[in-house]
Order: sequence, then structure tokens, then C-alpha cells
Amino acid sequence: MNENERQTISVNLKINSVNHALQIEPRVSLLDALREFAGLTGTKKGCNQGACGACTVLVDGTRINSCFALAVQYEGRDITTIEGLAEDGELHALQSAFIEHDGFQCGYCTPGQICSAVGMFKEFQRGLPSAVSETMTGEIEFSDEEIKERMSGNLCRCGAYVGITEAIHEAFDAEVKR
Amino acid sequence: MSNEIGKPLSRLDGRPKVTGAARYTADTPIEGLTYAVFATSTIPHGRVTKLDVSKAEVAPGVLKVLTHLNTPKLKPIQHPPAGQSLMPLQDDRILYEGQPVALVVADTWERARHAADLVRVEYARAPFLMDFTEHLDKAVTVKGFFEPDSKTGDFDRAFNSAPVKLKQNYHLADRHHNAMEPHATIAAWRRGKLDMYDTVQGVFVARTVIAQALGRKPADVRVRSKYLGGGYGCKGFVWPHQILAAVAAREVRRPVKLVLTRAQDYTSHGYQAATEQTVTLAAGRDGQLVALRHESVAPGSMSDDYVEYGAIASRTMYACPALETRHRIVRVNRGPGTPMRAPQEGPSMFGLECAMDELAVVLKMDPVELRLKNYAERDPTKGKPFSSKKLRECYSEGAQRFGWERRNPKPGSMREGHDLIGWGMASALMETYRFPATARVTLERGGTVLIESGTQEIGTGVYTIMPQIAADVLGVAPERVRLVLGDTTLPGAGMTAGSSTTMGVGSAVHDAATKLKQKLTEMAGGPIAPDAYADLLKRRRLEKLSAEGLWKPDGEAGTGESKEWTMYTFGAVFVEVRVDESLRVPRLARCVGVYSAGRIINPKTARSQMTGGMIWGLGQALLEHTELELNYGRYVAKDLANYLVPVNADVPDLEAYFVDEVDEHASPIGAKGIGELGAVGVSAAIANAVYHATGVRVRDLPITVEKLL
Ligand code: FES
Ligand code: FES
Repeated sequence: MNENERQTISVNLKINSVNHALQIEPRVSLLDALREFAGLTGTKKGCNQGACGACTVLVDGTRINSCFALAVQYEGRDITTIEGLAEDGELHALQSAFIEHDGFQCGYCTPGQICSAVGMFKEFQRGLPSAVSETMTGEIEFSDEEIKERMSGNLCRCGAYVGITEAIHEAFDAEVKR
Repeated sequence: MSNEIGKPLSRLDGRPKVTGAARYTADTPIEGLTYAVFATSTIPHGRVTKLDVSKAEVAPGVLKVLTHLNTPKLKPIQHPPAGQSLMPLQDDRILYEGQPVALVVADTWERARHAADLVRVEYARAPFLMDFTEHLDKAVTVKGFFEPDSKTGDFDRAFNSAPVKLKQNYHLADRHHNAMEPHATIAAWRRGKLDMYDTVQGVFVARTVIAQALGRKPADVRVRSKYLGGGYGCKGFVWPHQILAAVAAREVRRPVKLVLTRAQDYTSHGYQAATEQTVTLAAGRDGQLVALRHESVAPGSMSDDYVEYGAIASRTMYACPALETRHRIVRVNRGPGTPMRAPQEGPSMFGLECAMDELAVVLKMDPVELRLKNYAERDPTKGKPFSSKKLRECYSEGAQRFGWERRNPKPGSMREGHDLIGWGMASALMETYRFPATARVTLERGGTVLIESGTQEIGTGVYTIMPQIAADVLGVAPERVRLVLGDTTLPGAGMTAGSSTTMGVGSAVHDAATKLKQKLTEMAGGPIAPDAYADLLKRRRLEKLSAEGLWKPDGEAGTGESKEWTMYTFGAVFVEVRVDESLRVPRLARCVGVYSAGRIINPKTARSQMTGGMIWGLGQALLEHTELELNYGRYVAKDLANYLVPVNADVPDLEAYFVDEVDEHASPIGAKGIGELGAVGVSAAIANAVYHATGVRVRDLPITVEKLL
């Protein structure tokens, strides 16, 4: 066994419905596993400290900061990254809405914003209240105020927040009304 | 012309950006990549006396540990275009905390980072200077980009005889750019030539500096930057880590990727230096300014002469017969400052526009009326007329859209529930820096069009607006036009800086497209319809047809001045703040900005630029502050959890409008620049609104809750 093999372990990750067998050190974060070992660079590193949301991915539909997670913890889970949101080349409604409403400028925070918003909407649908919700148990209105509050873990230094909020509102409003 | 200019086209690079396909520097796949991580100095001033790299060198995966003892000697570089002339790892001197003391290269990032932690350094500490405000007596005059001083008229005489006088100090905080994308460099040597992917706002500038440091010809260095995850100035000049990445790659004979950590991003490149400003005003009882003096002191570095010009806007903003400005720096043990959205006019308009608000209060005059009273028809310092200026329209349209006439001027007089409501306004001003650029436009088989120019995409929308400009000339759909940029093998272009790209590169693209159209017309023997282009090529058995375009501003490059004109963009910003009467937390409730900024190529991307700028102004006014640790001589917090940048919930309704304007003196396409203008004036408007809400005049940014208690 060479030095390298003694230090690494094999980790199987299911990313966007595809299995990836990675040979990595146990200390590799999920973010670095995606970017440096699985070749999926759509997910971005902004701070590597859990403070910016650029690295947001979905694990079994729940949003997490992948820089704050070790890859080994996520064996057998369903990981969705920005590369996995479009289906058969057809953009997710939110991706189209981001383009239409100019919900980005440089685009660096965008993969995180979009994955985060998909996870956020699931939380909203489950009835999870936020700090600005009027009620802890009743019906919450899908308002701009709710969106802004729930999306405040995703920083955008370009300041594309106006478009981000508009895009999220439009993309999910139809579903709320259903 | 087919009227593509002025259409709110969605970004043509939207799809790659929302699918994760857009490749930023650190995303570039490279065979055999290795990873480099810095170990940095923990003291702000002194010398390295002992370095122990033995543990690091034998750590798993480590290929090389570079320190000042074994790093090859580099050729000297100058600021500008280097961010600083001080090159770490060349000797044992330490001039600021965070200065690299070792660079570790390993086969994975985890291993490089671990080994960097194993480097042991001992220092001989020297006394240091950190807080410039405690050492204003050490202020010195240096020449940065502009003249340090200006003087028109006789200030003392005008001041002494004026009936209304005012003198106030204003303080703006140190701030950091905090682009979401940390600085990243990938350097690879192939057959003696350097190939770099780099997070730079200017590939050609980077090439010049890096080649110089390495003692190479520029032709031996290729620099690419395809997408930038924001820069706002911090990726403009060339910083030492970029050069050291190239050195490391040469040493290990493999490609090296160096990505700064968020903490290193606080000390590896410049920041927006704080300014201590003094504004002295004198006016008649009618509000007419008779004397204006604006002085600014900022921290500077031990190694270089970057100056934040915290008084420069006063040279231009108002008609005043006696006008003086003065800029000084105090050298401290920190890296140098650098431009940050928006530099110069950004900080200086805070002092000036707050002082004007204070003057309006003294005179019991409406703040808008006071500004109209002192409206400058020509540049009061340069004496030349403005190439275009519709600021009057901005004031009136802004006031009307905001509902300004319903404002009760008495502080604390407007409220709703527990909220004290404040309405404030300020002007915005930004010099129109103009730089030359070149571009090539090619008609390809099948009728698609290719634009090539060595400019950069930083989020401003060039992948969209350049195709719009070419499409407009050629009469094709912008979707049929694509832009290739960010590569030193392309036609030359300057830095993405100073809000200059649309004007410079846009005019070069316009020129190339116009020449291409001429060629096509000549070839066809007369006017030709765009849908016949492809056929024409085919008939002539041509694969493609290209034309080169160039734009060179008349007058000195990098300024907003020609022989006849002086060039600026303008705006009027109106804000509402709300301050809870017991909690005293100030919040921005809405902002309306109306701008006079030349021709707008794409109103959709332009709106994002302006509202993004307003958010920068909001950060400056209420949140952002890089805190100094005075005992150890470093920053208290070098992260995004403690340095507050605006988040979504901080941002209210923002409205940005442009008055109709085409400035053909500024550029052939009538455009000026807008990337920085939106960030100007907002912080003053907010401070003025906070005064209106609470009666408390805060002259020290950011306006945090404790200043309102
Ligand atoms: S990179 Fe994970 S939160 Fe910033
Ligand atoms: S789009 Fe640039 S950081 Fe969000």
C-alpha cells in the first residue's frame, strides 16, 4: 500500500442521480469532493466557512452548505447540484426566471442562490415558519418579505437581490396558488 | 441600424450562469494540477528570524515549500499597475499582518493547507502604526493618480466675508471588497511559456506585470479570464500572489492552483481606505456657495503611494468661485488601499453631500433647491463645459417619483407606528474615465457573428451588450452574435475598471462592425440585406470575413477630459429610512435614483448595475466596517460572518431610472459608464435621512445603532 492509499478511503456519492466512486481523504469537504474530485464545478466556494451560501446544494431535497459538510457523511444520500436541476436540457422554472428577471450579475453566487431557493420553497411548503412569519402554525403567505428573510443566508455581493427576489416570487407563485 | 441598442435583452450568458456551466478561474480543468496554500505573517511589522519548514516539507503529498530563503529573486515591479511594489518571499521584512511567509505546494488542497499550518515562524517584532486617525500629524503629501491639491479663487477672502459658515468632520470606515469569488490563479508552464487562468479585471495588465516580475517578454505569458465572480476593483491591479503562483508552478514543474482563503482575501489585495474628511463651506443667505474647502486624510501603506481621494468630488460638483481640495495619507502597517466600487467620488460625495444637507438645515432651505442654486454649468476647477449633464432633470424627476414635496422638513416630524421616518437626498457624481480598446468582428459561414476582444466579464453584462452593439450595426439578431473575451491572444483591451468598458470596448466593437459592414457593402456592390450575408460569403468562397476596430479617446487616456470637454455622469438619489423609536435600528425603506449617464445600451442589465450600486451604498452607510485590532496590529475579523455585507433582507424597494441622453462627445456610441455611479451619493442620502428621522447627525460611517442612542 502506498502512502496515498493509506491516507484515503473510497466514498460513493450519488450526485444528480449518477454514482461517483471517489478515493479521497476523510477530511475532504462535500464541496471540495464535488469540485476537485467529481469534476462538478458548478457549486462555488465563497468563504469555506458556512457564511455565504455560495456552496449550497440539496441533500434529499434539503439545502445545506456543502463547505460545512464532510463528503463521507453523505454516502447513500441523494445530492443535487446546480448541474442537476435542468431536466433533459430543459431549464428548471427558477433557472428561467433568474434569466428573465436578471437575478444575477457576475453569476458566482447564482448556483447557490438557485439551489437554496429550491430548498427554501420546500421548507415553505412544509409550513416551516421564518423569523418574519406572522404565525408559527397557520398559513404563511408567500410574500417578498418571506423570500428575502429565507434567502438571507445567500450573499450576493453584486447586489442582484432585486432580481433574485422577483425571480423566486414568479417561479414559485404559480405553485403556491395551486 | 436595427435598434438593438436600448432593448432590455436578457443576458446571453444567462444559461451558463444558471446551470453551473460558466467556468470561473478556479473551475478550469487542468491535467496534473497541484495546489498551493500560503502561510502568512502574524505580526504587522518586523523581521522573520527563524523559519522551520522541516515538518511541512515531509508532510504527505508536499512537493515544495517556498520561503524567502529559497524563492528565486524576482524583478522589481511598480504600482501601478501592480497593486503594490512590495513582493513577499523575497526577503525577511514584514510590513503588514497577513503578508505571505511561505507557500506550500502539494498534490491536494487539503494536504497543502495542512502543511502550511506546520510551518513554524519566529519574528523580531518592530513598533507599528495601525490607526491613521491617531497619527494625523504624520500625514504626508504623495502623488497618486491625481494631483493631491487643487485651488481656484481666494478661499480666505471669500470665507471671511460670507454671512453663513459651516465646518464639519466626516469619517468613513475601512471596507473590503469581499467579492464572492476569492482570488484564484492557475499557472502552468509549457515549453518555457507561462499559461495562466487568473481572476483579473485586466488580462493585458496582468500579463505586463507578471512578465516583468519574471523577467520575461509579454509574449511568453498568456493570461485568461473568462468569467469573474465579482471584483469591484480588487482584481484590477496585479497582486503578489498571482506572481508567486507562477513561480511555484515553475519550481514544481506542474500546474499550480492557488485560491486565497476568505481571510487571506483581506490582506492579499487592497481595500477601500477610510477617509477623515473636513468640509468647510461658506454661503450667502440665499444659499449661493462662495467658498468651499474639502480636505481628506486616508491611511496609506509603507511600500506604495495609493491615495483614496476623499475630497475629489468637490472639484467638480458645485459652482463655487473659491474652491480648494487637499489629499494626504498617513502610512500605516497595512497593505495598500485600492479602488473599490465606488472609489474617489464615492467617499468624497459623502462628506460633501452631508455638508450640503447641513447647510440646507442652517439656511432653512430645501436640500434640492440648495443644490439647484449651486448647479455647475461648467466644471468649476477645469473651467470646461460638461460633455453632457442632465442633472436638473434627475433632481426633478427623482423628487417627483419619490414624492419629495410631501416632506415635512422638521426632524422627527414624520412617523408611522413605532417608526420614525426620514427622507433624505444627495447627488451622485462620477468621472467618465476613458481608455482605448480594440476589437475584431467576424462574419462566419452560416451568417453568425463573432466578436473578439481581450476585455473581461465581471457581471456588468458585456457578453450581452457587445453583441447588441454589433447586431445594431449589422442588422442581425443579437442571439446570432457571440463574444469571446478575456485572453491575451485576442485584440487588446484595458481593465474592467472605472466604469469604462461599455464606452471603450463598445466603441471599438462599433467601429469593427461598421468596417465589416462597409466591406460587405463593397463586396456586394451596394447595400446588402443581413439575411444575404451568408450567401455573399458562399458566392465569394470565403470561410469568413473580419474587420478590426479601434477606439481611442481624444484627450488623455484614463481621464474624463478632452480638449473641449470634461466628462462626468450624474444622479439624484432620494431615500426613506425608518428608525424604530425605541430600538433605534436604522433601516433603508426605499430608494429612488435618477441618473444622467449617457446612452443606455441595455436597460435590463443597466437597472441591475444601478440597484446593485445602491446596495453598495447601503452597505457603506449602515453595515460595512473592517475593524482594526490595535494591540496586535491586524483586522479583528477576516470573514463574512463578522464583516457585514448587505443580505437580501436588508434590501428594500430600489428604483433606478435614466434620463434620455446620448453623449457623443464621450464616445461614438453615446454611452458613458454606470458601474460605479449607483454606489455614489446613497450613503449621504441615508445619513441625511437618518438626521431627518431622528434629529441626530451622524458624521461617522457606518451608522450603527449605538450612534443613535
Ligand atoms: S462557501 Fe460554503 S457557505 Fe460560503
Ligand atoms: S451575482 Fe455576483 S455575487 Fe451574486
